[in-house]
Amino acid sequence: MALAKITSVSGPGVFIPGADIDTDRIIPARFMKCVTFDGLGEFAFYDVRFNPDTGEKTDHPLNDSRFDNATILLAGVNFGCGSSREHAPQSLAKYGFKAVIAESFAEIFFGNSTGLAMPCVCLTAGEIDQLRQAVEADPAVEITIDLENKRVRSAAGHDFPLNIPESARDALVAGRWDPIQELLDSEPQIAATARALNYV
Amino acid sequence: MGKSLYQKVWDAHAVGKLADGRTQLFIGTHLIHEVTSPQAFGMLRDLGLTVKYPQRTFATVDHIVPTENQDQPVDPLAAEMMDALRSNCDDFGVTYFDLKSGKQGIVHVVGPEQGITQPGTTIACGDSHTATHGAFGAIAFGIGTTQVRDVLATQTMAMEPLKVRRIEVTGKLRPGVYAKDVTLHIIRVLGAKGGIGYAYEYAGEVFDAMSMEERMTVCNMAIEGGARCGYVNPDAKTVAYLSGRPYVDMDDFSATASRWLSYASDADAEFDDIVTIAAEDIEPTVTWGISPDQGIAISENIPSAADVEDAVEKNSINEALAYMKLSAGTPIKGVKINVAFIGSCTNGRLSDFREVAKYIQGHHVAPGVTALVVPGSQIVAHQCEQEGLDKIFIAAGFEWRAAGCSMCLAMNPDKLVGDQLCASSSNRNFKGRQGSPTGRTVLMSPVMVAAAAITGSIADARELFEMKPQAAVA
Repeated sequence: MALAKITSVSGPGVFIPGADIDTDRIIPARFMKCVTFDGLGEFAFYDVRFNPDTGEKTDHPLNDSRFDNATILLAGVNFGCGSSREHAPQSLAKYGFKAVIAESFAEIFFGNSTGLAMPCVCLTAGEIDQLRQAVEADPAVEITIDLENKRVRSAAGHDFPLNIPESARDALVAGRWDPIQELLDSEPQIAATARALNYV
Repeated sequence: MGKSLYQKVWDAHAVGKLADGRTQLFIGTHLIHEVTSPQAFGMLRDLGLTVKYPQRTFATVDHIVPTENQDQPVDPLAAEMMDALRSNCDDFGVTYFDLKSGKQGIVHVVGPEQGITQPGTTIACGDSHTATHGAFGAIAFGIGTTQVRDVLATQTMAMEPLKVRRIEVTGKLRPGVYAKDVTLHIIRVLGAKGGIGYAYEYAGEVFDAMSMEERMTVCNMAIEGGARCGYVNPDAKTVAYLSGRPYVDMDDFSATASRWLSYASDADAEFDDIVTIAAEDIEPTVTWGISPDQGIAISENIPSAADVEDAVEKNSINEALAYMKLSAGTPIKGVKINVAFIGSCTNGRLSDFREVAKYIQGHHVAPGVTALVVPGSQIVAHQCEQEGLDKIFIAAGFEWRAAGCSMCLAMNPDKLVGDQLCASSSNRNFKGRQGSPTGRTVLMSPVMVAAAAITGSIADARELFEMKPQAAVA
């Protein structure tokens, strides 16, 4: 099965403020009572998008119709911390996000996202703030994450170097972000490793 | 130059390099539960794959089980998830500690209890608190569901090696200061993101002196400090704890024990970073905000945005104060609580309940406070009941429940309502974590939870329970 080569991702952005946005915030636990990931998109950021008492929409950026077409999520430090639930990146992807730009990512979230072909790349706080200002001034501004050349550019003229672990960049660009076939192919080596361990 | 335990375990389990540069790592032990595994089995079936080493995966049910009428979830979605786990384990030949087994419980309590958790092994589970098992000198970490699929299908996964930070806690803990305070203090000092990219090696006199259960409490919350795994080097206590447990091979046990101990970090091992913390600086610690690093000593006042320079930090403090409905500059002590919760994979083991039971006799839960005590496993429940601890809790006005994750994450009927404030021995104080989108969580040790339950407000357990300076510390 040939996987898509994710060399570049483009689209309008939306900035979600706050440090340490955890995976409970991204997808509250009660929505994990499911045996498939289908349908998780509508519950992304649910408890901060809707007033828990009235059910009315809050002033969360995802409720702002100007950002309805956003496919690139802009965030702060330690995005995706907390629970290992893959439901979090699954809900973002099913909501319509194609990539996340943040100052830093929690590791499990990062790995889960890469495995879904949803790039997570890092910029500095200042660079993210410039992009925030650009999308807030004009939500249609297109942001491009160029993984081949390791740049984030915008139609408003920004051009920043991005950070991403090289293995994740390679996996996305070369179309091997789902490692299952490669893992399966090394069966003899797996068996040899297992034999050498006294406990397996 | 010597090697750290992390390097030794990594090297022994490295299968090879993948094209993208990551390591294909052998996962010796795989633990699964009902929430993050059904989709993985679905992917396995879609790809026509099977479970490669079914004898190396162990299942239990914990997140969604009710703690009253445990085997009768009234929620049809919960029942569906429990049915799915049953049929997946049956179809693929995976051992399942189900509700009828007498061994069910929180996956991070069950693994050590059964002796499945062993030194020098790699352990993965679709749950971020898998770091708990690092208390035994295992490299244990949480994974996503697609990685659960990878481990089921190949017993391996793709991973980058971590750096290793040694955290030495020197000296001796003062009375009333527990393992939970140590871990909350470390997270406070190093931050919720301080551990990104690191494995934490916990060392020093304080860890040498800790019981295995206390070590589990600290390792459990490595992830709250951003570290995907945390561990303590195996020693005589580790060996003694495991000896005779069901999944420990007792044939030639001394050779097994020697092998386990050989994984401990060498005296001349090099670390990417070393942090030293003095035990005397640690006080009973409680959180005041919505991130586990927003913690203070019980004697301190709630911080103010004016105390910090950084704009992001100011915003974080203001956001947390607004959500928690707390006032900057006021004492945390005395803040009214509505609910008290003792349990979870952090603090749901026999020694936690024994320690609390020592102090609560003659006291009673304050009027208007709901106090839940939830053992981490059916075996823990049984041990507590044999010792009569359940009766002590009930006499003091606590509810004694059946094993499960309960109010740590509210995927079961145990939930906060509205903006109730919960004194909790669990691990996360995120917005909405305990089931109400406006519910508030204050993390602390089990003894501090008991003190809050009895007082009706956040209290200093050392004062309420008149802990003497010379008292022995568990």
